Amino acid sequence: MLSVSGLIMQFGGLRAVDGLSFEAKTGDITAVIGPNGAGKTTVFNCITGFYRPSGGSIDLTHPGGASHKLHTMPGHRIASAAKVARTFQNIRLFAGMTVLENLLVAQHNTLMAATGFGVLAVLGLGRYRAAEAAGIEKAKFWLDAVGLTARADDPAGALPYGAQRRLEIARAMCIDPVLLCLDEPAAGLNPRESDELNQLLMRIRAGGCSLLLIEHDMGVVMRISDHIVVLDHGKKISDGPPAEIRNDPAVIAAYLGEGEEDEVPA
Amino acid sequence: MAYALQQLINGVTLGMIYGLIAVGYTMVYGIIGMINFAHGDVFMVGSFLSLIALLGLAALGITSVPLALALTLIFAAGIAALYGWTIERVAYRPLRGSFRLAPLISAIGMSITLQNFVQVSQGARVKPIEAIIPGGIQIMDQGGFAVRLSWMQIAIVVITMSILGIFTWLVTKTPLGRTMRACEQDLKMASLLGIDTDRTISLTFVIGAALAAVAGFMFLLYYGVIDFYIGFIAGVKAFTAAVLGGIGSLPGAVLGGLLIGLIEVFWSAYFSVEYKDVAAFAILIVVLIFMPTGILGRAEVEKV
Amino acid sequence: MTALRDAFLSALVALGLFAPLVGLVTTSGEHGLYLELRPIATAVVVGLVFLGRLIVLSRRSRGRAASLAAKPALAERISKAGKYVTPLLLIAAVALPFTGSRYYIDLGTLVLTYIMLGWGLNIVVGLAGLLDLGYVAFYAVGAYSFALLATNFGLGFWTCLPLAGIFAAFAGVMLGFPVLRLRGDYLAIVTLAFGEIIRVVLINWVSLTNGPNGITGIPRPTLFGLALSMDGGPGTIAGFFNVEPAVIQRIIFLYYVILGLALLTNWVSLRLRRMPLGRAWEALREDEVACRSLGINVRNTKLTAFGIGAIFGGFAGAFFATRQAFISPESFTFIESATVLAIVVLGGLGSQLGVALAAIVMVGGLETLRDFLSFLGDQMNSPLFSGIASELPLYRMLIFGLALVVMMVLRPRGLVSGRTPSVALHKVKDIAPDLVAQGRG
Repeated sequence: MLSVSGLIMQFGGLRAVDGLSFEAKTGDITAVIGPNGAGKTTVFNCITGFYRPSGGSIDLTHPGGASHKLHTMPGHRIASAAKVARTFQNIRLFAGMTVLENLLVAQHNTLMAATGFGVLAVLGLGRYRAAEAAGIEKAKFWLDAVGLTARADDPAGALPYGAQRRLEIARAMCIDPVLLCLDEPAAGLNPRESDELNQLLMRIRAGGCSLLLIEHDMGVVMRISDHIVVLDHGKKISDGPPAEIRNDPAVIAAYLGEGEEDEVPA
Repeated sequence: MAYALQQLINGVTLGMIYGLIAVGYTMVYGIIGMINFAHGDVFMVGSFLSLIALLGLAALGITSVPLALALTLIFAAGIAALYGWTIERVAYRPLRGSFRLAPLISAIGMSITLQNFVQVSQGARVKPIEAIIPGGIQIMDQGGFAVRLSWMQIAIVVITMSILGIFTWLVTKTPLGRTMRACEQDLKMASLLGIDTDRTISLTFVIGAALAAVAGFMFLLYYGVIDFYIGFIAGVKAFTAAVLGGIGSLPGAVLGGLLIGLIEVFWSAYFSVEYKDVAAFAILIVVLIFMPTGILGRAEVEKV
Repeated sequence: MTALRDAFLSALVALGLFAPLVGLVTTSGEHGLYLELRPIATAVVVGLVFLGRLIVLSRRSRGRAASLAAKPALAERISKAGKYVTPLLLIAAVALPFTGSRYYIDLGTLVLTYIMLGWGLNIVVGLAGLLDLGYVAFYAVGAYSFALLATNFGLGFWTCLPLAGIFAAFAGVMLGFPVLRLRGDYLAIVTLAFGEIIRVVLINWVSLTNGPNGITGIPRPTLFGLALSMDGGPGTIAGFFNVEPAVIQRIIFLYYVILGLALLTNWVSLRLRRMPLGRAWEALREDEVACRSLGINVRNTKLTAFGIGAIFGGFAGAFFATRQAFISPESFTFIESATVLAIVVLGGLGSQLGVALAAIVMVGGLETLRDFLSFLGDQMNSPLFSGIASELPLYRMLIFGLALVVMMVLRPRGLVSGRTPSVALHKVKDIAPDLVAQGRG
């Protein structure tokens, strides 16, 4: 599905990612973990096109067979053509727009195609009306999935924190991704919300979308991921299923040596 | 060659004036992130204050030129600083922490106010004065074209350099400068650490206005004629200079000022006087396309 | 007591500010400039500051608790009243020419021109969150393209109107393509520079634009091929309807033309807001990074906002040219851009009704002020006011500038500041202004 090889990201004198290679398989939940400053978010930004990697390659193969070289594509094409969606560590919703509008903006490219370059739709012609109805149906589906139907007409910025996290995931899902990248989805959630998140992620995977997540909450990581990649100082120090990672001395050393106490693997 | 040298001298002189104004823009922008649109008009007020002081001193019978110039400079810078302080207090402070465009409109309103205030109080006509420091030296003569360096030009460069020197010392070496730089880095954090941010911002405006007044004083002496409208175009050019140099960077402001001055003078000398403003603005656009944060500006790494 | 002390300090500052510039007037005499003393004027100004400060302070200490409670109520009242204000305004706009007063129709035409410009710029600044300080450039491009096409090729207004829009949009895209990746105030200064470039070119490209002298003899629009002419013959509006030709007919006709154009702008903006494109603009204003992560082509989306905003600026420019029958670069200065931007911001970013109200308040207010001041000047024939009476009209822009500052300080979010969602599942609820972003671009 996703194959990262020899990825290098250099900021001036700092090499944030140094020759990283890993694979994420179709239908898996792959977790990227590591102490603070290990370069996890940088890897995400390279995959989703916010940074242009200094070296290496990132290839994505769709289940249908089409393949995309993500390291050469502009950011918006990675979402629209390669169908890679993402969320952000510090939630980035359209705070002044309603929950429903957030989900419709995510379907921009599909809806835009139905407007006939905007001209027909402004005149009330064409098939835009039907396309919008379909868009709202899809939004309803995801609102239902994240339990926000009742708040569809409230501004996104007024939602409580946990709901904002769920909305961000629902919004990302509205682009019909094949790979969803989540940057610390459980951060700031209470245990109950964390459980709900797990169920949501499982449901998304069951729907055929692969997941890649960065997470600090080892409870979440160990419970739901199929495969874990451990980073430290921009390099991969371990790679394998949760049971293996739990007992890997290199991982324990990295966390105990430099991490904070709350990050010790559970 | 001689012609080019003369243009270089003129360009540097003009650039110094732009640079002094640009420092005020860049300081305010660095600290509260707003375009102080009224800054160009503070420059204009400064030049009017200088004119009034010179005439007043002459009426009082002070004939010593150095003394008169020094007193004028102090007077103009002092009153202009008061203007800077008042503008911040009245038009910007109530909007602190407000939405991005409200202070901008308020600043545009303040600029219109100052322009029309001076027009109403001092009249719309241009104000010419005789040269206070006449003469100069001839550096070279090539085929009948004499390259002249006037005392005035020397004075402008020397005064600008020394004022910028004092100012750099102020910002880099004193506690005041430290608080200013702290506020520039992170206003909220600075205030949490006990820095009186309101006072620091006020001081920024005061210093910026005083520097603009110095520029206004030199503009008056150099060109010998001012009117109430000089602030707008000089302000836009100086802001252009600040952006060109990289807004927020003090050396950048001076560098940008020099560049704009040189571009303007050389363009007028070799191509056309009419399009000198177009040249300055076109170069701004071109520079920003290739260096989106200006020449000495910090490159922003987007945090996501 | 503290109020008195505070007011005294303010007066002291005012003395420092105004003693040199108000008290000492540079006057030209036989031997160059000399200073004229004006102590009374200074005393009056300083006294006014003292009194003004006292009044503000006493009101503030008395009304603080009350005003805090009243504020949300006021905002609510405005948004509720909006439902009734809009149709009322529309009826008033359609009915205005029936007053038959040339003065009011002219004023209405002027206000509508600014409303249209405001709505056009609102697309760029209010919806897409892109700060454009050079909107006047598109206004100028529209005006000059119509004027040049009409005077050189004899094309009529209705043929040129779309062309003027296309030229303006072209200018917008030309500017936008390289610069729209710039952030915030960099974009602001570049657009400002572009506005100045256009103006300087218009002044100096004499062979094309006739330079500072401008272009004269720009034709008036026709009504389905009927000309507006004073001869009243066949083929003219007066001749067709068999009425006496009169100047007022032309004025009324032009009024309805701009009313139609303004309503077109409004209609298109409202439609677009409910379309994916308009939603993408608003999303850009809220968070550009998130837009990119959702596959929205940020640059193209910004370009469309710039281009469509420019089209309406171009339309308004063409109308301006046909109404004045004469244009010169003087009409396209920065102050126009600033006024239109102020209308948008004062209106409340993104609010169509707010923009209309702000244009009425500001442009109508400015014109009323002009008349009021010259009326006042005429009344002051006592020698006591000899110095000031003739200068009163000059105070207009001074008051305008101060009013901008005061309005922003009092209502930094504008008159109608909430945001109405473009779509709802159950029920449309207005969004509180402090949640809505203003954009960084």
